Amino acid sequence: MSAAALREPWTRLSRQREAATFGMWVFLTSELLFFSGMILIYAACRYLQPAGFLVVARETNVWFGTINTIVLLTSSFAMAVAAQAGDAKLRRLAIACLAATVALGLAFLTIKGFEYREDIQKHLLPGAGFAIAAPGAQLFFSIYWVTTGVHAIHLSVGIVLVGRLVLVTARRELPLSSPELHATALYWHLVDVIWVILYPLLYLGGRS
Amino acid sequence: MTRLNFFPVQASTEAPHTDLIYFGLIGFSLAVTLMVVGLLVVFAIRYRRGSGAKRGTLPKWIERDFEIGWTSAAFFLFLFAAFWTGATRLSALTPPSDAMEIHIVAKQWMWKTQHPNGAREINALHVPVGEPVRLAMTSEDVIHSFFAPAFRIKQDVLPGRYAQAWFNATKIGTYHLLCTQLCGTEHARMIGDIIVMSRADFSQWLASQPHADDLVTEGQALFASLGCSACHDGASKVRAPRLDALYGRPVDLADGSHAVMDDSFIREMILQPSAHVVRGYDAIMPSYSGLVGDEELLRLAAFIRSLGQAEHGDRG
Amino acid sequence: MTAAALHDEYPPQAASYLRDGHSLWSWLASTDHKRIAILYAISITMFFFVGAVAIAIVRVELVNPNGQFLSDDTYNKLFTLHGIVMVWFFLIPSIPNTFGNFLLPLMIGAPDVAFPRLNLFSWYLNIAGGLFTLYAVVAGGVDTGWTFYTPFSTMFSNSHVLAAAAGVFVAGFGSIATGVNFIVTIHMLRTRGMAWFRLPLFVWSLYATSLVLVLATPVLAVTLLLVIAERWFGFPIFDPTHGGDPLLFQHLFWFYSHPAVYIMILPAMGVVTEVITCFARRRVFGYTFMVYAMVAIAGIGFFVWGHHMFVSGQSPYASLIFSFLSFVVAVPSAIKVFNWTATLYRGQITFEAPMLYALGFIGLFTIGGLTGLFLASIPIDVQVHDTYFVVAHFHYIMVGGSVSAFFAALHFWWPKITGKLYDEAWARFAAILMFFGFNFTFFPQFLLGYLGNPRRYHVYPPEFQVYHVMSSTGASVLAAAYLLPPIYLIWSLLYGKSSGDNPWGATGLEWTTRSPPPKHNFLAPPTIETGPYEYHEKGEAPEAGPRVPHRAQSEPR
Repeated sequence: MSAAALREPWTRLSRQREAATFGMWVFLTSELLFFSGMILIYAACRYLQPAGFLVVARETNVWFGTINTIVLLTSSFAMAVAAQAGDAKLRRLAIACLAATVALGLAFLTIKGFEYREDIQKHLLPGAGFAIAAPGAQLFFSIYWVTTGVHAIHLSVGIVLVGRLVLVTARRELPLSSPELHATALYWHLVDVIWVILYPLLYLGGRS
Repeated sequence: MTRLNFFPVQASTEAPHTDLIYFGLIGFSLAVTLMVVGLLVVFAIRYRRGSGAKRGTLPKWIERDFEIGWTSAAFFLFLFAAFWTGATRLSALTPPSDAMEIHIVAKQWMWKTQHPNGAREINALHVPVGEPVRLAMTSEDVIHSFFAPAFRIKQDVLPGRYAQAWFNATKIGTYHLLCTQLCGTEHARMIGDIIVMSRADFSQWLASQPHADDLVTEGQALFASLGCSACHDGASKVRAPRLDALYGRPVDLADGSHAVMDDSFIREMILQPSAHVVRGYDAIMPSYSGLVGDEELLRLAAFIRSLGQAEHGDRG
Repeated sequence: MTAAALHDEYPPQAASYLRDGHSLWSWLASTDHKRIAILYAISITMFFFVGAVAIAIVRVELVNPNGQFLSDDTYNKLFTLHGIVMVWFFLIPSIPNTFGNFLLPLMIGAPDVAFPRLNLFSWYLNIAGGLFTLYAVVAGGVDTGWTFYTPFSTMFSNSHVLAAAAGVFVAGFGSIATGVNFIVTIHMLRTRGMAWFRLPLFVWSLYATSLVLVLATPVLAVTLLLVIAERWFGFPIFDPTHGGDPLLFQHLFWFYSHPAVYIMILPAMGVVTEVITCFARRRVFGYTFMVYAMVAIAGIGFFVWGHHMFVSGQSPYASLIFSFLSFVVAVPSAIKVFNWTATLYRGQITFEAPMLYALGFIGLFTIGGLTGLFLASIPIDVQVHDTYFVVAHFHYIMVGGSVSAFFAALHFWWPKITGKLYDEAWARFAAILMFFGFNFTFFPQFLLGYLGNPRRYHVYPPEFQVYHVMSSTGASVLAAAYLLPPIYLIWSLLYGKSSGDNPWGATGLEWTTRSPPPKHNFLAPPTIETGPYEYHEKGEAPEAGPRVPHRAQSEPR
């Protein structure tokens, strides 16, 4: 079964796992820079329009945001347990935790969907007819929609990857020792970390 | 047969300084290029395969010492060049305080200029020789760039804010004004003329322009018609800051930060007053966003600026 | 064991990678880094042709100060096309994805890169991005310049900005994937004994380039995403009427685009070292300094982006810092030029086509780099920013530098990749013609720039015409020079003499295996006991004898 996971040009599975993890870390660095660009834009716009940002930040739904943060943190916990269980060869636990990760990820997206719907109903989509006239308000919400949208896309990719892992591991097409488990876990944790940074920027402004 | 030009005419006080740096860098570059190319050619010939040149053992220290030597030399030379080119013209950043103020509005695809006495031009700018001219510029649409090669000045002109440049023309003549930031279809046709005239000719030209209110008078009229004086006049019941003698001074804001009362600040206060509440005052000024155009904002700023000069006894 | 003895060991059935499958599918689905390199070579050549035709039309148009047959809009779209295609679909993938892909595993003694399937996926990302961009062209073009400045690109342009931005966005992920692949490959697949400071400088250049690819490209991705958001969805971000700042775009864009130019030049520098050492038969002068210089260029290059914005309205104090750092980043490049020159000292120099290109690189890169100092000086930049001076500067580096190095690499490794020899006389002629055509095209543009001819101008004041005519004449010579290599190289593929495994007598690991290499590169993983470029004993000078490697990198001391 290890032969199924071993790929050219690697001669040992342990080395391949190291490479996959290292490669994922390098990729995550690039993802960090990607999101840093967006956070920089947020910081710059907030510096340009401090009053406007404060006024409009209260319009995000802090309940949805907080519940989603808890959901995502829990999913990361499940993912971490799955990775550890994989190392300890606890198959059923690993698969169960991977499935839980997928479920929680889907829950996040569902809640996000409800939140987006409410935002649209409250006319918080930037453009003509935007609800708040304060200068900088549309800037904030442009950033809100772009960053949460891109985050949701990243999360969806993660859900697909983890979902696939559940299937191929359950069907025994891939061993638990494959490099994909740890690499996917790292990716999932990044998506979570990004959200943890976005949450205070988008939801906690102007509420203290 | 066109004469082959290599350098534009020097028509401003800044031009000789820029050209000196240019010639200095050319000299340096020529020296380095000749040295490198020279060595390449000499080595290529001398050490071509099978040539009789000596190729014995090189002492070890040569490699290390040469390396350190030319690294340090390059570093210190470039350090000096950075200082010489950057810091020696820092004073050129600030226009002289008595500079004549010209307002420029750039739009796709023309330059609209306006003199302090109200005279307007399109794609042209008449200025007197030997007097500093300060340009307060904004754009109505995209980013343009004001470039006068004969004066060695260039400044991007942005929408939504003021850009500043200044020059002191030293030679009578007509010079190109070129837009040098890609701004759309007719970017290459957004060319104007800067006409430098003797003071006498310039006064004559100015006097012969169609009469229009000068910028300050127009600004004063706007100040009243838009209702600014209702609050900002000393006799008003509403508590609003008086604007006399404030231009160029620092302003304390309610959030603890500081700003300087310049053209940009005035523009922001008129369009988004809640963004910069002044310390000690309530945030009750209404926004004029959508009610005041770019050119009107320039006139209001000119008027408020004139209030600031009242203390110095320039006006009655 | 000598290299010769190693070759005798190759069984006849260690077929070259070229024979491993003949169907189109075997090429399009191959995870062999050598085949992927060829796929990239074909696609970048096609993109180069597209970008070149666009600018050929522009240079013809510019002979007349009032234009000839183009409308203003079409002109703007042509130079935009030239910039976008040449930067993202030719220069950035050129050396890393063709020669880097082909040679990196060979040079470190590995059978392939770390993630072969990701490597193939990178090519498809590049192609997908290219198709989006070509769609933008075919649908009517983009007229914002390759720099996409806001608010013109987001709110005023009536051209296909979205498709072009999407194309570059997608292609960027291919770049990031390549960077990740190369970094992991170099860290983890070096063969036994191949320590970091025994790596050939081409490998080091790919490492430095990959660091920049991974760290800079994502910022471009987010910038383009925001442009798409503002233009397509109407979400104000850079819009000054909503309190946004168009300068923010410029900061983000240049934060990527300045390091991007180092992506384009670092691999070229690596190539030049490989070629100069081989054709001067000398170890490189100052190997350690060469390594640190490349890493320094990559690092410092992240902190100079503001020199594109001296007149943009940014703070003059920021400008001073950027100016200073821009001067500092020139120092490691200067070190490299001196070291290449010193490598020739006491060599046994021959002048095959790769060497001609490499020597041309040194001269042209020096001129291009020195004119960078002009641009780093704030008062000079005020005069020449957005004029032809800048155009000349970056073409000296990109074309005089990177493209020369690309041709040097093409000729140097042609025998390794194809197993054939090219016609040396025609190759030398093309190299010399290219050198003269290039200088005739671009040197007059320095003069145009200081005189005040802005760039991106369809029509121009008539006093500049003489320089434009010179430049366009040079461009026709350059175009002719570019047409020669495809002709004689294809001839070489069909009728060329067999090259043998190491026609140049070079010392790199790639030369110790077959030409063309077998699918898995080496019969057995080589063991390394020496450093690179052992063309002679340390401290001594090379002999003028027949072309044999003094000691290949896989041979024991």
